[in-house]
Amino acid sequence: MTPAPAPAVSLPTSDADPFAAEHLAQPEPLHQQLRQAGPVVHLSRYNVYALARYREVHAALVDWQTFQSAAGVGLADFRKEKPWRPPSLLLEADPPHHDAPRRVLREILAPPALRRLRATWQTVAEELVDTVLADRGREFDAFTDLAGAFPLRVFPDAVGLGPEGRENLLPYGNMAFNAFGPANDLVKADADRAAGLAAWVNAQCAREALSEDGFGSRIWAAADRGDLTHTQAPLVVRSLLTAGVDTTVHGLAAALYAFATHPDQWQRLRERPESARVAFDEAVRWQSPVQTFFRTATTDVTIAGARIPEGAKILMFLGAANRDPVRWPDADRFDLTRDPSGHVGFGMGIHQCVGQHVARLEAEALLTALARRVAHIELTGEPRRHLNNTLRSWAALPVTVRPAR
Amino acid sequence: MVADSLLRVPQTALSRVTLGIRAKDTIADGVVSLTLAHPDGGRLPDWTPGSHIDLVLPEGTTRQYSLCGDRWDPYTYRIAVLREPAGRGGSAYVHDRLAPGDLVGVGGPRNHFPLVPADRYLFIAGGIGITPLLPMIHQAELMGADWQLLYGGRSRASMAFREELSAAHGDRVHISPQDECGLLDLAPWLGTPDPGTKVYCCGPAPLLAAVEQTCAAWPPYSLRTERFTAAALPEPVHQTAFEVELRRTGRTVTVMPDTSVLHAVRQVGADVLSSCEQGTCGTCLTPVLEGTPDHRDSILADHERAANDCMLPCVSRSRGDRLVLDL
Repeated sequence: MTPAPAPAVSLPTSDADPFAAEHLAQPEPLHQQLRQAGPVVHLSRYNVYALARYREVHAALVDWQTFQSAAGVGLADFRKEKPWRPPSLLLEADPPHHDAPRRVLREILAPPALRRLRATWQTVAEELVDTVLADRGREFDAFTDLAGAFPLRVFPDAVGLGPEGRENLLPYGNMAFNAFGPANDLVKADADRAAGLAAWVNAQCAREALSEDGFGSRIWAAADRGDLTHTQAPLVVRSLLTAGVDTTVHGLAAALYAFATHPDQWQRLRERPESARVAFDEAVRWQSPVQTFFRTATTDVTIAGARIPEGAKILMFLGAANRDPVRWPDADRFDLTRDPSGHVGFGMGIHQCVGQHVARLEAEALLTALARRVAHIELTGEPRRHLNNTLRSWAALPVTVRPAR
Repeated sequence: MVADSLLRVPQTALSRVTLGIRAKDTIADGVVSLTLAHPDGGRLPDWTPGSHIDLVLPEGTTRQYSLCGDRWDPYTYRIAVLREPAGRGGSAYVHDRLAPGDLVGVGGPRNHFPLVPADRYLFIAGGIGITPLLPMIHQAELMGADWQLLYGGRSRASMAFREELSAAHGDRVHISPQDECGLLDLAPWLGTPDPGTKVYCCGPAPLLAAVEQTCAAWPPYSLRTERFTAAALPEPVHQTAFEVELRRTGRTVTVMPDTSVLHAVRQVGADVLSSCEQGTCGTCLTPVLEGTPDHRDSILADHERAANDCMLPCVSRSRGDRLVLDL
């Protein structure tokens, strides 16, 4: 079954720092260099192996047997360094330990289980868009007023969080996603509030903190049935709070940025509002809100002829794979006539985003509400990015709109 | 060891649900094991201990078998099939006619019998009911859990995997052939409830009934069982081409046997988002307006399948001549 080892080829090397501000702000030039350099590129600064082509990234994502997650999906190697918090039971775990938490959360967040939320979320989205148009008029910040606002109106309620302290969710997620990178200035900037944010989030994971009918209490109910242990339950709730807020905020921002810069695509969405889900996934492909994740080689492995030693960290550039011209014709173009199926913006395989259906439902609600009320949307100023080691995130998207008649 | 899985690329257009018989071996009296692999050598959908697959035999009948291989090998599935003289012909077909190189339809894997976390496990197998427990035992070892196996069968020669289990695990494995020891004596094992132990039992209905009765005083959710004889089997599936009508777009497309519904409807312009194309992620879930899907996914629950109001067109097909989808 196992072919003979391919002869080692000389490995391209780069001293680029993918976590430097210039690359975080505008990752495409580095992505292009890495894709062109080869299927595997050694990044000398961190001694990690970079994959930037779709084929290799996809293959590494699905092959959990060869590329493990339990040693951390950031730069830190949990086998040598103490994680900044107890590891995630989903993201930072491998089978068999990964199985039970994944199964419980997958069932709670499966499309049939989300049907009951659809009508409510549509109503909330319509109210939000109406309020923004009434209060702000034709010019507003689509990041703060829409992308940053909508998930926080629906998701914490769906989880069952109390009303107090929700302003901690985005900073906590920002911190957690920074922590997958090196201990650079972005990480240091959070150092003084890390403990406070973590304490607040951990307190929200307790059974008593969660309302009765939310995702959170369903996780605890699964523990009562023995599908999880009661020790695991709060950590699974924590996964929802870590991975469920910033990602959707910046995913929606990606979609709004895409439409504000592609008026013809906005017209297409208005004509075919049923394509909102596909449009959102095309925006996720085009912008890749989650840019990178790491894996760790469980054995000496050959990728496209390049030898990677057991224990090495592998850095998968999801954003680069999603714009690999070999897989995506005219890859840099945001195009609603494209079928974005198979993009790796949500990952792939057993660790693929368990909340992807939640994200799509949020996007569908917000985009269809906006499409019904707004005939035209465009940028009025330079959008501002917020830098994060993992997320392609935003600070401001100043837009002007023309309401639909 | 050098792994080189990366040379295998996923094939997205064609149906993912036809596998080849790689090997067929007699492993006990009346029991054959089948090793299945994709004809292109690609990865198979991931699974967890307790999972079963639907095996669609060439004449169209469907039978469910537990996966009993090693999921660290992503390229093959292994099942073990008992010849059931009183059965409906599926096992006879597997024993008498199925040969290495043959192609079979496969649905799933699905898991209704998942291994939940516990400090201790008591596994109770009756005959071929050992199959789902085999990967569970491997898993319990990996997780460092304490476990015991009580394994009954008609005779030693009929008990699949008996020798491997005893050789690998010594006195954790308790073999109890009926012709030597009589029926399994459950009271010593189950008489005193233990809140830290989960009991997993698979076997014939009388064994399950006896275990359920003996466990009556145990805390709720301590006992997990799987019946390996399905109460009722659906009609044979459609092996030939069928029609799919896209009600909203007003188009109809013929789905050939080697093409997925997803691929076929895209050919006529339907925008269906998908991701894994293995029936495991749920992205392509599509409402069904008329017709009965042949569900082959890994994620819909039984009641969701039975409602027949949605399907995953990346792997699922049609039981009848025609499906109408809300596309």
